[in-house]
Amino acid sequence: MTETTDTAPRAPLAGSRRSPRTVRRAGRGATRHPGRRTPQGRSWRHSPLQRITPWLFLAAPLALLITFTYVPVASMVAYSFTDWDGVSPERNLTGADNYVQIFTRPELFRVFFVSGYYLAASVLQIGVALYFATVLSFNLRFRNFFKGVLFFPYLINGVAIGFVFLYFFQDGGTLDSVLSWLGVRTDHAWLGDPTSANVSLAGVSVWRFTGLNFVLFLGAIQSIPGELYEAAELDGAGKWQRFRHIIAPSIKPVLSLSIILAISGSLSVFEIPYIMTGGATGTSTFVIQTVKLAFQFNKTGLASAAAVVLLAIILLITWIQRRLVPDDKVDLV
Amino acid sequence: MTPDPTATPATPAAPTAPAASAGPAPGAPATRRRLPVGTALTYLSLLVATVVVLLPLAVVLLTSLKTSEEVSEGGALSLPGDWLNLENYATAFTDGHMLTAFGNTAFILFFSIGGTVVIGSMTAYAIDRFEFRAKKLVMALFLVATLVPGVTTQVATFQLINGFELVDTRWAPILLYMGTDIVSVYIFLQFIRGIPVSLDEAARLDGANTFTIYRKIIFPLLKPAVATVVIIKGITTYNDFYIPFLYLHSEDLGTISTALFRFKGPFGAHWEAISAGAILVIVPTLVVFLLLQRWIYNGFAQGATK
Repeated sequence: MTETTDTAPRAPLAGSRRSPRTVRRAGRGATRHPGRRTPQGRSWRHSPLQRITPWLFLAAPLALLITFTYVPVASMVAYSFTDWDGVSPERNLTGADNYVQIFTRPELFRVFFVSGYYLAASVLQIGVALYFATVLSFNLRFRNFFKGVLFFPYLINGVAIGFVFLYFFQDGGTLDSVLSWLGVRTDHAWLGDPTSANVSLAGVSVWRFTGLNFVLFLGAIQSIPGELYEAAELDGAGKWQRFRHIIAPSIKPVLSLSIILAISGSLSVFEIPYIMTGGATGTSTFVIQTVKLAFQFNKTGLASAAAVVLLAIILLITWIQRRLVPDDKVDLV
Repeated sequence: MTPDPTATPATPAAPTAPAASAGPAPGAPATRRRLPVGTALTYLSLLVATVVVLLPLAVVLLTSLKTSEEVSEGGALSLPGDWLNLENYATAFTDGHMLTAFGNTAFILFFSIGGTVVIGSMTAYAIDRFEFRAKKLVMALFLVATLVPGVTTQVATFQLINGFELVDTRWAPILLYMGTDIVSVYIFLQFIRGIPVSLDEAARLDGANTFTIYRKIIFPLLKPAVATVVIIKGITTYNDFYIPFLYLHSEDLGTISTALFRFKGPFGAHWEAISAGAILVIVPTLVVFLLLQRWIYNGFAQGATK
């Protein structure tokens, strides 16, 4: 039934171009696929009711998308040029003053350096994930068990992780007990000074997020056809060479994705430090500071400017990444 | 006769024997030596990783079974006296309002997942199956939105929700989870491309309108994608702290994340109660993970790469 509607408008066209029957058949077969949508698309444009159909389906999604993504971004930019406190009806335009404050007041700018700890941690995280993905892509005993163990932390509730590690780093907690069991006596307060606290918190972040990177890498490695390994083995390639020339190239897209997630992730850290230290002892991050400015100190204007800066940085990084690594997966438009 | 059978295996063996001694022979002792060491190191690293992952969790499980004297006197690694001491769980459940919290989380989960599935599949259907003028613009709107991290815009979103007078109601997180989930749109879009258009056309010739086609043909065929979205969305919503923390202030509106976070105050140094609360929150995740492993790995891999 579909055949007739499909071919009907095309038959004279094909006929006028080629007269011999056999050629015409071949020509029709070849054009069928690209031509498939044209008559359908044309008929949509004819009837006004048909023309609005897609919009009926898109109305609710677009309304939500615009209301909760684009309107906030626009109003955030607008707030960032005012001294609004978020409550009073009054607000004054202050120009770029909020932005000047962010970049000149050291206590506001300092939070950017905290991201450095998390960035360093995510390098470690990607390395560890890559190692275990490579190891577990081969047949091993208890492979599924190890895979599950490595991935599970990613699924755990952030608040629960925060408490688990508060106890872990606590005075006389898990870490101290394990160390004394190994013969190392220490009464170091792990969350007591800024450097140690940030390193500890970044460590928790590695514990939590390695699983996601690991599963992504493992998926990419396992999609490599097995013949490639066999061929390489026949050519006498060693383990390292196999990693360097077969595994590494095929995980490149996932690796670049992980790097972008790591960078934007380390700039927008919130849960773990907020739950564990509340941003005390120099562990405040950009998002913690923004939340505190907006919801504790009622500095909506300044907080908006901070959020705009963060958004701009993340967009910039994503843009750079797209330029450096052309993503062949962006076939959406 | 006797030399023949020995000759036939000997002839293929003859070339292989020198080959074996020439090729793998220098390698054979090496691999024999290297393999166990290499494998042992591999297993050792896996074992270390397992301990690193499980030890902090195991200690919290042990702590949740101890009495408060055992916690204050014994070390972190000491064992509980009574392995079936569930008193802390009872405390966490009643004093920590965990039951209300599970109820609220279930309510939010139900509506936000339902909404995400309907909205995501409708969007994907409209974008993939229709030609319309502003299609590229709509696609671009969804694409750019993936780049805007939700954490950054909450300052302004809060004002918006406040304007709708939805702050401190369960509809605030539901709307936000529903309205800002673009990943699920991509998952549906990828999947819907694999459903042949001829099915739509056949149904249209039978007199079905576009909505019937969506509801009766496309949606049922999207089941695997629905499962993926439900799993990803379910786990991330269950675990989310930021949004309930910002929007649900009343104690009786706590989700499991915020209810657990409130343990910090009243239970102060009562680590046995806090541990029990944490374990109560982790157990459902563990059960779901063990039951749906394969789906979860694929789902999160798919969700992250989009």
